[in-house]
Amino acid sequence: MKLSILHVALAAVAALCASGTETSAAWEPVRPVEFIVPAGTGGGADQMARTIQGIVTKHNLMKQPMVVINKAGGAGGEGFLDVKGSSNNPHKIIITLSNLFTTPLATGIPFSWKDMTPVAMLALDEFVLWVNAEKSYNKVSDYVDAVKKAPAGTFKMGGTGSKQEDQIITVALEKAIDTKFTYIPYKGGGEVAVQLVGNHVDSTVNNPIEAVAQWRGGKLRPLCVFDAQPMGYDEPIADGKSWKDIPSCKSQGLDIEYLMLRGIFMPPKATKDQVEYYVELFKKVRATPEWQDFMKSGAFNTTFLTGADYSKWLETEQKRHEVLMKEAGFLAPGN
Amino acid sequence: MTAPRSDTAGPSHKAVETGVALLIAAFGIIVIIGSLKAGINWGAEGPRAGFFPFYIGMSIVAASAINLWSALHDHDDRLFAEWGQLRQVMSVVVPTAIYVGSMPFVGLYVASIIFIGWFMRWLGGYRWLPTVAVALGMPIATYLVFERWFLVPLPKGPVEEWLGL
Amino acid sequence: MEELANLFHGFAVALQPYNVMLMVVGIMLGVIIGVLPGLGGANGVAILLPLTFSMPPTSAIIMLSCIYWGALFGGAITSILFNIPGEPWSVATTFDGYPMAQQGKPGEALTAAFTSSFVGALFAVAMITLVAPLVASFALRFGPAEKFAVYFLAFCSFVGLSKEPPFKTIAAMMIGFALAAVGLDSITGQLRLTFGITELLNGFDFLIAVIGLFGIGEILLTMEDGLSFRGGNAKINLRVVLQTWKELPTYWMTSLRSCLIGCWMGVTPAGATPASFMSYGIAKRLARNGKNFGKGEIEGVIAPETAAHAAGTSALLPMLSLGVPGSPTAAVLLGGLLIWGLQPGPMLFVEQKEFVWGLIASMYLGNLAGLLVVLTCVPIFAAILRVPFSIIAPLILVLCAIGAYSVHNSTFDVMLMLVFGVLGYLLKKCNYPLAPLVLAIVLGDKAEEAFRQSLLGSQGSLGVFFSNGLVSTIMVLGLVALFWSAIQEGYSRLRTAVA
Repeated sequence: MKLSILHVALAAVAALCASGTETSAAWEPVRPVEFIVPAGTGGGADQMARTIQGIVTKHNLMKQPMVVINKAGGAGGEGFLDVKGSSNNPHKIIITLSNLFTTPLATGIPFSWKDMTPVAMLALDEFVLWVNAEKSYNKVSDYVDAVKKAPAGTFKMGGTGSKQEDQIITVALEKAIDTKFTYIPYKGGGEVAVQLVGNHVDSTVNNPIEAVAQWRGGKLRPLCVFDAQPMGYDEPIADGKSWKDIPSCKSQGLDIEYLMLRGIFMPPKATKDQVEYYVELFKKVRATPEWQDFMKSGAFNTTFLTGADYSKWLETEQKRHEVLMKEAGFLAPGN
Repeated sequence: MTAPRSDTAGPSHKAVETGVALLIAAFGIIVIIGSLKAGINWGAEGPRAGFFPFYIGMSIVAASAINLWSALHDHDDRLFAEWGQLRQVMSVVVPTAIYVGSMPFVGLYVASIIFIGWFMRWLGGYRWLPTVAVALGMPIATYLVFERWFLVPLPKGPVEEWLGL
Repeated sequence: MEELANLFHGFAVALQPYNVMLMVVGIMLGVIIGVLPGLGGANGVAILLPLTFSMPPTSAIIMLSCIYWGALFGGAITSILFNIPGEPWSVATTFDGYPMAQQGKPGEALTAAFTSSFVGALFAVAMITLVAPLVASFALRFGPAEKFAVYFLAFCSFVGLSKEPPFKTIAAMMIGFALAAVGLDSITGQLRLTFGITELLNGFDFLIAVIGLFGIGEILLTMEDGLSFRGGNAKINLRVVLQTWKELPTYWMTSLRSCLIGCWMGVTPAGATPASFMSYGIAKRLARNGKNFGKGEIEGVIAPETAAHAAGTSALLPMLSLGVPGSPTAAVLLGGLLIWGLQPGPMLFVEQKEFVWGLIASMYLGNLAGLLVVLTCVPIFAAILRVPFSIIAPLILVLCAIGAYSVHNSTFDVMLMLVFGVLGYLLKKCNYPLAPLVLAIVLGDKAEEAFRQSLLGSQGSLGVFFSNGLVSTIMVLGLVALFWSAIQEGYSRLRTAVA
């Protein structure tokens, strides 16, 4: 036993020496890469991170292991602060969701996306308006009528988290329909979908992947997608309908667009070579069939952005969130 | 728990009870202050963030006041523990505090080697050979299980940096 | 009986040599994960999840669920031997398991724990096999109000009786609630009680409090008597297993009750931890020798372990049939299902028969394999107690530190653990009960969240907690449990008055 431990230790030291002497122009990780998830285990960001980890391992895309770490405290603030404080550490990357914008605004935790180095936008997550399939509304207009008819505040909207993307959309809906919902925050998207199945809430704005199973089971019905155009996946899901058959909310008279970022960042002061390495890595990940299956199962918008385009997109979204959050009254006191 | 013997001395149970009750009350006050900052009234959407913690803090203070009162009116002059016993307890608490406090700077592995070694050698009175074997063996096993097998990174310091682990 | 045919087909799938091998590997890994505090089932499964991507989905879920069983079994080991719960649901196991080990009966306690776990799991799997669709629709009836009622019941059934002074119990419990409140308030999305300290963003994790209060606190108590501590004369042969087995059937009533509580809590889904506390509390109340609970009653080990394992197993049912995870580990498994391209939900049972029944069959076999593995190891585990304290104590302290660190990858948590340790020592010596404190940390924020969600839905009306038969029944049960001792006393007075 002792001997084998010694053996392993020696081998490890030898391997490290070998990798240290290697002189190649481009940067490469020399120790395990920590992949931070600013959300809990089992959520959407976590699933994506672990899928990426699995793909990287399976296809041997990186010489060093990739380690997924959840830092969910303070609506993800914990994870962002960790990355912000890890200047010059190229062995750390983080996957973000909309809490990149909402958490600092809603909680006052001091960070912004500018405290990190943007690497790439991997995909955008869609939002769909769902209702229980037992309900009579088949179209957005039926739904809007029903909402308007109900006394203000009695129509219940379920969503994930408080003062985050789901509630932002709810507030936008309130404005578009000119009514008042009662927003009930839950911990996870799957739970929200099930609360809708059990009729404990009246509608939700779940991401496709969170509610697709209930749609296929005939329990939920999608009304419209909060995007400029319908989603691109035309494989039938339920009753011969596909994601593509869900109209955009805009075409149904609800002028609301909201997509959630699934992007990658590095700590501040990352060099060009380092960013380049990860961009290439994620390009390879995107080319794998596993990734494409994953995109399809969640009906993701597969826009891929890097460099200046990505920064520009972030800049616009940051401004937009500031406006949205301010209008909704979601800013932390003292902000 | 501790049978008071006439030839030994130590802090009285009453004193420690009083101290603990005061400590808990102080904690309750901190909770109340924090709740007041978060808002304790009943907002448009039901209770606000500090509503429950506020009453929790109040109950803590109230319960500790009663505990304090009964501690002060307790005429039982048992000892909390003998000084010798407390010294034994402190002989674990102090090194553990040093161990835990140094971990962010020297990393878990180095701190553990020193801690285990110290414990076995000075408290346990073991010879150097078994001491060194356990003190080195445990962190190495930990490294293999956590970092290699389960891919869980543990805190590292300059020594690991130097070794390139 | 189409189900039975499917099940037999499932057995054929699960019994393929490759799958059997994965089962054993999974159980072993799970036991290790369960034993190491901090590296819980959820973390363990999450860490190993990517390794299974290259396997067929059925094999992958068999291995991962076996890790889960292993972790459920393993959690009991450190609870009984060192008073350190490896998993949240084994906290209640320490109450009687650790005293038993202290009295030189670690083998009996371990055997009782493992066997009850097996019984609980078997009961839950049988339920999944036979009545899955029915149970799934029952779970749908649980909105926020019903969930709050369940937490209320769990709390009342555990707290009602306590031999410590009542105001000390209240103080301890309230400390737990206050600690649970720290961090992000999930209803308003606002930070509270963090005082601008970054490390407090995460709140106080239950595991860190437990490792400190129970594990470190116990070591400090032991140190009062110096290094003389020995694990007693622990018997270390396998005969102890058979002897304990002879005794177990006597407690069939407790087992059955705990199975039912566990299944209910797993399906709703409230989780294994409340189930174990509730089951312990009710057993204490109803058992003939309930007064001796906490002093090393074997029934006090059977009740929480049976319920925890039944809940842990039945938590997989809402995950498969509804896509709602009944436990953190189930949440990770759920992510795995999605990654493998399987959509949990109503259609899974129809479209993926081979997968579902392969999994169910592996639950039967995996638990059996797990039981055999851990039972044969009972002598080894018990022998650990014979290692001198001055060797084992620093090792436990180091393991506790690693456990506390790996919960959130934070060294602050390790310091917190020591603070909790000293606090645990002081509180215990001053006769403050620690169990209500711990239970409040576990259930506090969940109960508050459910309570406030209900009020949001009802526009602030408290009537929501008595608005339908289901929620009213649970609330009334809770009140009965809370005032049980008063009710009992009143009843006996009434009887003497009549006589």
